[in-house]
Amino acid sequence: MAKVVIDRDKCKGCFLCVSFCPKGIIKKSARLNKKGLNFVEVDPKGSCAGCLQCAVICPDCCIEIYK
Amino acid sequence: MHKVFSVPDPLRKTPTHYCPGCGHGIAHRLVAEVIQDLGIRGKTIAVAPVGCAVVAYDYWKFDCSEAPHGRALAVATAIKRMQPEKIVFTYQGDGDLAAIGTNETIHAANRGENLSVVFINNAIYGMTGGQLAPTTLLGQKTSTSAAGRDKKLHGYPLKISEMLALLPGVCYLERVSLHNPGEVLKAKSAIRRAFQNQLEGLGFSLVEVLSPCPTYWGLSPREALDWIRDVMQKEFPLGRIK
Repeated sequence: MAKVVIDRDKCKGCFLCVSFCPKGIIKKSARLNKKGLNFVEVDPKGSCAGCLQCAVICPDCCIEIYK
Repeated sequence: MHKVFSVPDPLRKTPTHYCPGCGHGIAHRLVAEVIQDLGIRGKTIAVAPVGCAVVAYDYWKFDCSEAPHGRALAVATAIKRMQPEKIVFTYQGDGDLAAIGTNETIHAANRGENLSVVFINNAIYGMTGGQLAPTTLLGQKTSTSAAGRDKKLHGYPLKISEMLALLPGVCYLERVSLHNPGEVLKAKSAIRRAFQNQLEGLGFSLVEVLSPCPTYWGLSPREALDWIRDVMQKEFPLGRIK
């Protein structure tokens, strides 16, 4: 199983990763980051397929993927 | 576990000033990935435009020059002619390359300068507040065409890539898009090809990237990508032009 690591303070909350994740494991957080924006976070119970779609579409390079 | 995706080395880790969902961030990363993959970071010189990407040099870790508005290809021509061993590319928006800089673009292409161009087409002026650009679609509302672009008043969207295809000095033209992850990967291949052509000395290469501007299109980031897929692509068809 792959692991997604999100730089929450770099995230601008465009939620493109949320809309493209085929497993639906990336969610909008209810908390705010240093910029005062809702960042995204990974559901710890979710299973990442490692397809990289979230990272490829992220305009701010906030996502790192480990396999 | 090993890292399979992270920030490419030629891209700084600092946050950008771009709006949420802006395509510039993706395009900056693609350029950095290509430079890393080709191993040319030490000999690459970028020329930044005037427009939203005016401070692109703050985000890349290789040499960059700034050019007056629209003159990136004139500056790039000088750099490449003085230092032909360097890999020189311009990164320009539609206001820069297809409006104020149309003249420089056409003549650099016609001279067949051995340069690579990343042309970001978002059909609007972003930096100055969402005004009508030459590439704005018919009917598209902007801050200076509140009722939508009217062909009688504003003319038609300018297809600069198709125009450049007529020039014998141009070796490669491709239009790509950033509207989904698959298209982003295709865009990277096209940018790589443009750099590879320069390494092989083949002449002028330009990649036109259809890029979202959610802020001035008045759409959410995802709606902006879908607008490229459903509307913008019809006016600016994707694929190899030359």
